[in-house]
Amino acid sequence: MSEPQLRVVLAKLGFDGHDRGIKIVARILRDAGMEVIYLGLRQSYLNVVNAVEQEDADAVGLSMHNASHMTLAPKMVEALAAAGLDVPVIVGGIVPDEDVTELLEKGVAVVLGPGASAEQVAISVRDAVAAKA
Amino acid sequence: MSDPREEWQQAYDATTLREGPFDTMSGVPVDAVYGNAPYPGQYPYTRGLFAAGYRSRLWTMRMFAGFGTAEDTNARFKELLRAGGGGLSTAFDMPTLMGRDSDHEWALGEVGHCGVAVDTLADMEDLFADINLGSVSTSMTINGPAIMIMAMYIAVGEKTGVDRSALAGTIQNDILKEYQAQKEYIFPPRPSMRLITDMMKFTSAEMPKWHPVSISGYHIREAGSTAAQELAFTLSNGFAYVEAALAAGLDIDDFAPRLSFFFNSHSDFFEEIGKFRAARRIWARWMKERYGATSERSMRLKFHTQTAGVSLTAQQAEINIGRVAIQALAGALGGTQSLHTDAYDEAMALPTEDAARIALRTQQIVAHETGVTNVVDPLGGAPYVEWMTDEMERQAEEIFAHLLDIGNDSILEGAYAGIDNGYYMGEIADAAYRFEREVNSGQRIIVGVNDFTEGDDGQRNLLRIGAEVEEYQLKRLADVKQRRNSDAVTASLTRLASEAADPEVNLMPTMIEAVKEFATEGEIVATLEGVFGTYVEKAVI
Amino acid sequence: MSLHGKNQRGQNLRELSAEAIFSLALDGELRALGRLITFIERDSDEAEVISELAHARAGNAHVIGITGAPGSGKSTLTGQLVALLNQKHPRAAVLAVDPSSPLTGGAILGDRVRMEDVASPETFIRSMATRGHQGGLALAVPGVVRVLDAMGYNPIIIETVGVGQVEVDIAGTADTTVVVATPGMGDAVQANKAGLLELADLFVVNKADRPGANDVRRDLDHMLDLSHTTGQDQRTGMRPEIVMTAALTGQGAADMWAAIERHRDAITANGQIDERRASRDLEEVRNRVMAVIERRVDDLLSEHGTTGALKAVRDREMAPSVAAREITNTRFG
Ligand SMILES: Nc1nc2c(ncn2[C@@H]2O[C@H](COP(=O)(O)OP(=O)(O)OP(=O)(O)O)[C@@H](O)[C@H]2O)c(=O)[nH]1
Ligand SMILES: [Mg+2]
Repeated sequence: MSEPQLRVVLAKLGFDGHDRGIKIVARILRDAGMEVIYLGLRQSYLNVVNAVEQEDADAVGLSMHNASHMTLAPKMVEALAAAGLDVPVIVGGIVPDEDVTELLEKGVAVVLGPGASAEQVAISVRDAVAAKA
Repeated sequence: MSDPREEWQQAYDATTLREGPFDTMSGVPVDAVYGNAPYPGQYPYTRGLFAAGYRSRLWTMRMFAGFGTAEDTNARFKELLRAGGGGLSTAFDMPTLMGRDSDHEWALGEVGHCGVAVDTLADMEDLFADINLGSVSTSMTINGPAIMIMAMYIAVGEKTGVDRSALAGTIQNDILKEYQAQKEYIFPPRPSMRLITDMMKFTSAEMPKWHPVSISGYHIREAGSTAAQELAFTLSNGFAYVEAALAAGLDIDDFAPRLSFFFNSHSDFFEEIGKFRAARRIWARWMKERYGATSERSMRLKFHTQTAGVSLTAQQAEINIGRVAIQALAGALGGTQSLHTDAYDEAMALPTEDAARIALRTQQIVAHETGVTNVVDPLGGAPYVEWMTDEMERQAEEIFAHLLDIGNDSILEGAYAGIDNGYYMGEIADAAYRFEREVNSGQRIIVGVNDFTEGDDGQRNLLRIGAEVEEYQLKRLADVKQRRNSDAVTASLTRLASEAADPEVNLMPTMIEAVKEFATEGEIVATLEGVFGTYVEKAVI
Repeated sequence: MSLHGKNQRGQNLRELSAEAIFSLALDGELRALGRLITFIERDSDEAEVISELAHARAGNAHVIGITGAPGSGKSTLTGQLVALLNQKHPRAAVLAVDPSSPLTGGAILGDRVRMEDVASPETFIRSMATRGHQGGLALAVPGVVRVLDAMGYNPIIIETVGVGQVEVDIAGTADTTVVVATPGMGDAVQANKAGLLELADLFVVNKADRPGANDVRRDLDHMLDLSHTTGQDQRTGMRPEIVMTAALTGQGAADMWAAIERHRDAITANGQIDERRASRDLEEVRNRVMAVIERRVDDLLSEHGTTGALKAVRDREMAPSVAAREITNTRFG
């Protein structure tokens, strides 16, 4: 077998129901040869932590389109760390430029803007995973 | 009299017109209509609902906004009313839309954000304080918990001495598109439809000025559908509500005139115009032929339009103004009854005041400077436009046929089946992915995104909601809970649960009782979830 | 959780041996168990050690296969079952198998969501993609089941889509195989065609809230009557039961579990269960040997490359059967 297959948990936290983007990302990652554990809408931190543990995922992708990204994303990073899970958290969706630095400081591995191409999405996931290895 | 042209002329002559002149910028006088029958105002209304179109009345420039506390919004409402507006448009924040209270764990960071927070009747009283509900028309954009919000509105009226029969307005209450696209659902589809049927029955009997459902394609398109899918899913949802109402024993000509629609206007100009024209034609035909409507009012599809939020780019945001102008023009040429134009900075956050003003000015330019309002359906008869209209209708009819097929000849059952087997979500996801791939490969150019990208300075002022709103709302909720009679709350919730279990009972009266006891939205939702269950969607990717 | 487990918390699993990870998993650390399964799935170097460790502890779990057409409600039913078992068997495990994309090797695994909210916190759910080589799946699944069994999970439910022979076979090797049918689309007939009929120890007619559920039940009954064994499972002498469920509301889930238990008790009483398990192990041995041989055959043929017998076949100078005999004679003769 060649390169081991990456496994990525994709989720949306909280109330946010905009799932156009996360579904597109799911397909992009699948088409880049990854296995996507798709949790979808309205997930709790615990659901994501459980999924990462049980599925032995290599990365977590969060899609965020509401005001609460500054609250939810750092909390997700904390919840994973508290469970001893050293996996990168990648945030995509609508995040104003001025929030990016703070998110990165709070442990988010990558923030993908709305203009990210399919290649950029797949590469950032690979790179973020490689950076943890 | 059978000459359509003459008929049109008569109808036109009988209409009170706006003040003219109806001529071009250079002073050339123009007729109100050109081309062939059927003319505007004539069945199946492809060319418009009324003979004189915008010559009699421009579309309503409705701007939907609102955030912060109920008191903030109330202040804005009063300003609007002072400025001569008679319509109040209410947006609710995310927790309210999801039927959860402001102290729910996920509400953090969302309270008062994209709309006003309503937990209990007390918030609703603040929202409409010192406003005579008997003299305004209120539009409320809410779906899953619509019945609770509606009950609160009725209760506010009652407490201020306005009988429910005098209340006028619209509640979106279109739950089907929530499962299909917007995903702000709470209960499973069938019990949700029961709530809507209860509301349709209640308003039919007691609230003659109320529109209990506004069928919305906007969100279907935003989720990534094609224009034809938006058209077909929306109209078929309309048919589904009609079938539910008929099954509940309502008369079609009683309630069909009270249905209204809400569409998206995207950037492919002629496709959008064809879509709007086809929508009127399809609705008229189906109402008459399939559902046996006899009143013209039942056959006339009225719609509100909003420019496409998804088309706004974060890159070089200012150029969104150009997109919005073109989309607004398509809405006008399609004959919309009202229009909301998006602010150019909405891709990243809430619109700033400046951007919202520019958006309003943009549609004013379309209305007053372009001359498109002088002629009714000015594009009618153009081969491409007529072809596109037919093509939109053809694609929509294919989708209706599929729904009838999976629904054993019922559109309502077809809608349930399509939600259940992931049909809608799959179609929308496929369309969204196809578009994304085309943009990605550069096959389809989006200005500022995959071509013409230089010139973005990235500096933008973003509007943010302070944390004070959240703190205020949490305190308010705690206060109300402290003050209310908790035994009475429990009793009303218990009654609600037992009535919910009996599909023969109309929940509306007890709902009104419960909100009057200050039961919170979250408590009512939890009570109903205990009976109806909570919907978890099957992820279709 | 033991102190030992706590101390290791946050420790990088990459720095630990397979044995160490195994004992962490035994201590209840889920990420360690998650990693063990990854090793098995990849058939990496650690897999054999892990299997050996697991084998010594396995053999207690009741393995249930659930298969049926896409969208028939397998995941929802599994969720309901697991929710029902929260009290009696809180430590259930679910293995949800979905196809990989044949083009890219990627996959979207979406079964988990339908179960996570109803399952007890101790339920373990793992999604697995078929990963191209379907033979690989046939090897991986028993391996993963063994590890879950060793960790004390019971029952273990395997969900596979009832299309494709390997998926069907996998469900078929369970102690109890449940075939899910739904109203509409001639499901019973489809089940017959896909060979699911012979496989089933139990039929569930799901979506019983829909019109036509009774027709499916009748069709199934009828087909069981017609089948050459007159509806009796040759292995057990039992006629599969038919249970009606509406998984969305949980209706019938208790009946379904009762029927599963009845089946398990029956095959335990008549010794079938041991026979099934033995033949499952033997089958795994056979599959593993086959996999090795297949790989060798591939190597052998690529050795021959474009010369010799293969070239002759390509040039239409030799019949394939003759070439095959020539190669086997020289190599295995
Ligand atoms: N009406 C009705 N719908 C059901 C029932 N059980 C499941 N569903 C719906 O059927 C759809 C498919 O359910 P799943 O549990 O994902 O089916 P599945 O067999 O696991 O699907 P795949 O894993 O994709 O093959 C979902 O929309 C469920 O909500 C039921 O008893 N009645
Ligand atoms: Mg499934």
